[in-house]
Amino acid sequence: MPWDRNQMAARAAQELEDGMYVNLGIGIPTLVANYVGDKDITLQSENGMLGMGPFPFEGEEDPDLINAGKQTITELSRTAYFDSATSFAMIRGGKIAAAVLGAMEVDEEGDLANWMIPGVLVKGMGGAMDLVAGVGRVIVVMDHTNKHGKSKLLTKCTLPLTGKKVVNRIITNLGVLDVVDGGLKIVETAEGVTEDEIRDATEATVVN
Amino acid sequence: MKKVYANAAEALDGLLHDGMFIAAGGFGLCGIPELLLEAIKETGTQDLTFASNNAGVDDFGIGILLQTKQVKKMISSYVGENAEFMRQYLSGELELEFNPQGTLAERMRAGGAGIPGFYTKTGVGTVIAEGKEHKDFNGETYIMEEGMFADLAIVKAWKADDTGNLVFRKTARNFNVPAATCGKICVAEVEEIVPRGSLDPDAIHLPGIYVNRIIQGTHEKRIEQRTTRKTEDA
Repeated sequence: MPWDRNQMAARAAQELEDGMYVNLGIGIPTLVANYVGDKDITLQSENGMLGMGPFPFEGEEDPDLINAGKQTITELSRTAYFDSATSFAMIRGGKIAAAVLGAMEVDEEGDLANWMIPGVLVKGMGGAMDLVAGVGRVIVVMDHTNKHGKSKLLTKCTLPLTGKKVVNRIITNLGVLDVVDGGLKIVETAEGVTEDEIRDATEATVVN
Repeated sequence: MKKVYANAAEALDGLLHDGMFIAAGGFGLCGIPELLLEAIKETGTQDLTFASNNAGVDDFGIGILLQTKQVKKMISSYVGENAEFMRQYLSGELELEFNPQGTLAERMRAGGAGIPGFYTKTGVGTVIAEGKEHKDFNGETYIMEEGMFADLAIVKAWKADDTGNLVFRKTARNFNVPAATCGKICVAEVEEIVPRGSLDPDAIHLPGIYVNRIIQGTHEKRIEQRTTRKTEDA
């Protein structure tokens, strides 16, 4: 059985280690916060916050306290606030250990496309280009194939890039792959999924 | 040194002209200079270029200046959530320059710090890098981005004293600090102007040297994405 969204998020949470400062993207990456357990993880929100807490209880929303997805959130006892230039200084400066991001396409060189589909309304890259260029480790969480059944793990990205040679690890509904010299390497399969099934669903070169 | 003005219209008096370049603070609808934007709308100033992370929504934030077609160009990192923006952009009425969010923040910070250009890894190998100078440092490739020098900066803070020292609240600080620094003139709107001496000098987020004019006003502080959890989730 392929992993569902929550299982993918739980698997991504295993990538995070005690003491890490981490930035989580929108979508499945946001769910990763639910699975960090007892690990001492500090979440960064690039609009200017370290130590992001859960959503507020109804009636306790604060318009001055939002995450990068513009959702109301809460602070923790460890929280620190700062301005946007400082926020991206810590991102660009390599202080954030890892980013977990969604993607439209990843290729075998680690190129990532997740911000623009030509001909479709373009909303902008937000902080994604800065994150992938600056953080220590980029972990992509996405479905292995698109809604038409086509692989999202390609030999070469076709969409405009967010970053070149930036992805370290890809967690899909079928398993976990690393970007290595020569292509992608399967490091884990979802329970009941075979390596051959992953190879069949992957356009990119899969190395042994 | 009189910095405190009665209202947004008076604070902007003599500062606006057609075709000017304005840097605005805020992230989404959080910490936006809503009163100053409303006052700019009332003046009818045309052909404005805005550097602002976002473009507001249709009826709030910079969106109100899009409705009145006062904006010629936006420099932003993300512009979803705004139907009128998209209509004007797709019909060619509005120019749009995407900057990666951190590059936009650093362009403002650099401009305010007297730095006309800097090198960053952000955007290397993407459309953002096209036409820009590339330079290698220690075996890695960077692109040059330019500091931003705005005619006017408009920002929103929580508290100010009458010398313009500003304190922000939570994530409403965001782009307000770098935006304020990159303007030739900066006008700040705040929720409360407090007596001199009542702000902790060790806890000033933006020193008054960057702030030329201040107004106090009542803010709507609209929430864009109200998300909550139920008590039993705790």
